[in-house]
Amino acid sequence: MKKVYLDYAASAPVRNEVIWEMQRAFYDYGNPSSLHASGRKAKARIDKARAEVAGLIGADSTEITFTSGGTEANNMVLNTMWGLIYRKSQRNEIIVSAIEHPSILEMAKFLENLGFTIHYLPVDKSGRVKYAELEKLLNSKTFLVSVMLANNEIGTLQDVVKITTLAHKNGALVHTDVSQALGKIPIDVEKLGVDYMTMSAHKIGGPKGVGALYVRSGAPLTSLILGGHQEDKLRAGTENMVSIVGFGVAATLASRYMPKYNKEIRQYRDKLRDFIVNNIDNVAVNTPANALPNILNVSFAAAEGESILLALDSKGIEVSTGSACASGNIRSSHVLMAIGADPELAHGSIRFSLGPDTTEAEIDYVIAKLPPIIEKLRKMSTVQPARHSGHVPESNELHGSRNKSGMTAQKATKHE
Amino acid sequence: MSNTWAYSDTVKEHFFNPKNVLYEDESLFAHNARGMSGNIICGDQMLMLLQIENDIIEDIRWKTYGCASAIASTSMLSEVAKGMNIFDAFKITPAEVADKLGGLPPNKFHCSVMGDEALQAAINDYLAKTNRKPLKIVKKVAKNSCAGKDTK
Repeated sequence: MKKVYLDYAASAPVRNEVIWEMQRAFYDYGNPSSLHASGRKAKARIDKARAEVAGLIGADSTEITFTSGGTEANNMVLNTMWGLIYRKSQRNEIIVSAIEHPSILEMAKFLENLGFTIHYLPVDKSGRVKYAELEKLLNSKTFLVSVMLANNEIGTLQDVVKITTLAHKNGALVHTDVSQALGKIPIDVEKLGVDYMTMSAHKIGGPKGVGALYVRSGAPLTSLILGGHQEDKLRAGTENMVSIVGFGVAATLASRYMPKYNKEIRQYRDKLRDFIVNNIDNVAVNTPANALPNILNVSFAAAEGESILLALDSKGIEVSTGSACASGNIRSSHVLMAIGADPELAHGSIRFSLGPDTTEAEIDYVIAKLPPIIEKLRKMSTVQPARHSGHVPESNELHGSRNKSGMTAQKATKHE
Repeated sequence: MSNTWAYSDTVKEHFFNPKNVLYEDESLFAHNARGMSGNIICGDQMLMLLQIENDIIEDIRWKTYGCASAIASTSMLSEVAKGMNIFDAFKITPAEVADKLGGLPPNKFHCSVMGDEALQAAINDYLAKTNRKPLKIVKKVAKNSCAGKDTK
């Protein structure tokens, strides 16, 4: 069966060059902490990878700490805050955007339970944080502002420079998670001005289980894992050297693939979006104009996300949904709720995410397979999109296509 | 994003080739009983249409808005209920439906609960129409954020 992988935002295929270099790295078995030749060889491999990852974001090697992934890096930054607060600082407030990854939101909740004040920064309909709100929330007690550069579900890009400028004026530190944006758009830590930056290897064709945290020289950081001097005493435990090597190679390749994102990949994404908007009625495009070029999040009225996903899967098309039907009800994505999406539409959201290997033929295949799937699910649905009712199209970011769902639920029988 | 759908082959079969499903408008299926459960804000909704003669379910059609296991559960339930006496059909349990599907992941079990509530509502609709006392529907859906918001 034909396979069309459109879930790069979940994880990208590991590049061959990455696998080859990792295979070679396995033979360098020495402990990077050992002083002998084998140890030094392993250490040299980590140093090289560190320079490669630093190079991708314009950082200095000494500012890169390898972690087990984006989640650990995010946890590490927030964990630092409470350690410091206990020690000396009067600052005990943290501002996070409402559409952060759970590794930020759940850590923020943890800090909230410990007594810290967490402000959830609201976003507008396109997923952009409300800068006026940020200005209001910032004060002399703000320790950290954490806003992701690009959202993982809908792709919205934030003006991190603006956030940094506002936060630094108030003496607050700034963290940004670039797990999704890395390799897709140019990122320069100096231009962004952030103090911390989270990165993940497997979103750019590296292996799973490795990520990195950029920490601006001089910015505070507390170790989350104790018991060793590795990573400049910031991350104990023998280094995951082979995966780190893979991350380094993927980082090097990422800069090579980056130009494709703003050309072919954007074109294919736009082609898919335009087809859906023009040929399938009652859809809402959740990805705004100012977003990553490889993400397209669309809601289909009257069809449920998991059903769409599995039906596409049966045709070899692999995507994600924001709908998670479990334990009593379908939980809608917190991101779609934060941008004010219709909860009924949010259940039918699908994220297509493209990558360097995506071809136009693959997009054409999706275009051929998608409409009958939506049609079949809608025909068997209790919910009927109001095709001919005069629903008012909302102003929108993409081609005037963001329709109000116009759905009507059928009424249940009343018993007298 | 979403995960865990360790569905059985039977679930897959009923999802991709649902039995007794109504693709057309409900007016195109002659029925004398109608029942609904769930609501679309919570994410799952089922509609059951029955053609009953002499208390026997002669024919059945349904519509479902929901995930794969919701669609498969309603499909399987319709197969089980077809040809049954309404009083027996009323007693079909979600566990029976799930068993016949070769099991459902625990977090998907509620989907089969919703289908039988729609069937029970339809049977009660018929009992009311034939001037008989409705049977008691025991709500089995676990407490959740959508509880109490059922379509009524």
